[in-house]
Amino acid sequence: MSVTALRDQAFEKRLAARKRNGRLFEVICLLAIIFGMFMLLLLFIDIATDGLAWLRPQLFSEFPSRFPEESGLRSALQGTLWLILVTGLIAFPIGVGAAIYLEEYAPDNRLTRFIEVNISNLAGVPSIIYGLLGLAIFVRELELGRSVLAGALTMSLVILPTIIVASREAIRAVPRSLRQASFALGATKWQTVRNHVLPYAMPGMLTGLILSMSRAIGETAPLITIGALTYIRFDLSGPLDLFTVLPIQIFNWISLPQKEFHDVAAAGIIILLAVLLTMNAAAIYLRNRLQMRWQDL
Amino acid sequence: MAALSETKTDLALLGPVAETRSMRRKPKGRVGEGIIRIILFTCAAVSILTTFGIIAVLLGETISFFRQVPIFDFLTGTRWTPLFASKQFGVLPLVNGTLLVAGIALIVAAPLGLLAAIYLSEYASDRARRVLKPILEILAGIPTVVYGYFALLFITPLLKSIWPETQGFNALSAGLVMGFMILPTIASISEDAMSAVPQSLRHAAYALGSTKLEVSLRVVVPAALSGISAAFILGISRAIGETMIVAIAAGQQPKMTLNPLESIETMTAYIVQVSLGDTPQQSIAYLTIFAVGMLLFLTTLALNVVSYWITRRYREVYE
Repeated sequence: MSVTALRDQAFEKRLAARKRNGRLFEVICLLAIIFGMFMLLLLFIDIATDGLAWLRPQLFSEFPSRFPEESGLRSALQGTLWLILVTGLIAFPIGVGAAIYLEEYAPDNRLTRFIEVNISNLAGVPSIIYGLLGLAIFVRELELGRSVLAGALTMSLVILPTIIVASREAIRAVPRSLRQASFALGATKWQTVRNHVLPYAMPGMLTGLILSMSRAIGETAPLITIGALTYIRFDLSGPLDLFTVLPIQIFNWISLPQKEFHDVAAAGIIILLAVLLTMNAAAIYLRNRLQMRWQDL
Repeated sequence: MAALSETKTDLALLGPVAETRSMRRKPKGRVGEGIIRIILFTCAAVSILTTFGIIAVLLGETISFFRQVPIFDFLTGTRWTPLFASKQFGVLPLVNGTLLVAGIALIVAAPLGLLAAIYLSEYASDRARRVLKPILEILAGIPTVVYGYFALLFITPLLKSIWPETQGFNALSAGLVMGFMILPTIASISEDAMSAVPQSLRHAAYALGSTKLEVSLRVVVPAALSGISAAFILGISRAIGETMIVAIAAGQQPKMTLNPLESIETMTAYIVQVSLGDTPQQSIAYLTIFAVGMLLFLTTLALNVVSYWITRRYREVYE
């Protein structure tokens, strides 16, 4: 056999090995993703096995208690509902306003760029820092106390960057021709924005709102920092009442030593995750509807 | 002033006739336009106010804190006992705990995130990516209190069965779980960086006889390295700022240790610990959370800025 033939044989052998390694590597990469999903599954199974038995009507109707059998999420559910309602009412108009300004009005200058960089920076600030801000400004300085309003103002600042980014994307997706048509008919800038841009951008903005609301529901740290209480045994009647929310109540139950309370916490987590799942499904539904509308156009 | 110049440019397109006509017809409308513009600008300015608010609050309280505790002692001391009778204000044990947990999280998330990103960017079909990515991103959407539950009541008992000396609260369980929390962040930013590598580079490597593995590891990953490091830095920043997992599972014992099986305390967990107690305003304990918060804010800000800077530089290379 000639030298070249031998060399070819050696090359073929190595090539086969290289290809084998390639396939092995692909499997390893896929395993990394599967491992992540496996942890997620493990987490769901763990929580379901601990909590499903405690998922009873009392969980919704009872206030927290010293006895796990009588403990419920009544005040926490009310608190979460109030909190996201007020947070949405504060954050959505401001976020959409900021997005309209940046997309439609802002001149291309230093101030605008500063605002943009600033917003992306704020998105990276740990949420507990917002809690410190809320504690110093809303709770102490404005003397709102540990009320729903103070919590909602703090939470609004936490989710504002998310709402602004989502709203800007929605506004940007509206075709330029729509604006030009409106201007050509003599509409002013605001008339164009209000009558043509906003209606088309609204589904996208609402998607962003729902997604940021679902973040606000799960967010715990800033509310603990402003001092939202865990042991509330009365119905909420207004935005200036003391309050607690789902994740804080869950956190409280986890910190107690008794195993039963841990299981009640797991039941609370099931409810929390169910709420988040519903909201995310709603967001996906809205997004798909939006896409279909653009196809019709 | 800005409002005026904007209207002028719009009208300039329509010519002089349109200008006089619109001025005659809508004098009130134009005033309204200006007001709306100011309102919208105010909305955008809220973000600037927020940043200034954060800096002012943290700075103000931190300065009052440093009036009572020398800044040198704070930054170099190795004992942290502000809530005890004999108060010591060395922040290093909290920094130690924070870095320990973040380090463990990165050890989990960096390889998994990178491999996942390689799969999504180089191997997965469009359909597979559309299914896999959202599922992976659920990991980032799980409330952190849920992860805390999982770390304390599932992972820690598991660790105990492997290493019996594991403490009930420990850095390892919190760090491991946190790794899965930041996994999607690292995977999706790394994937973006890899997808941005021009196809021509891959084709050139294939033309030279490379296999897919060689193209991925020797061409795509090195070309996307700056984007990947930006992803890692952002992941660390997330891990440092994360609160509930460590508050639940890592403990409340600030100490200088590298043993992951021991109970430690992070900066964020300390802030939670003080917030849960009823600390009177202007007490030294109340001031410490702002000093620790300042350190936390500056650390994460620096990491985010570095990450942003790397990403931008990287983009310029390929566009």
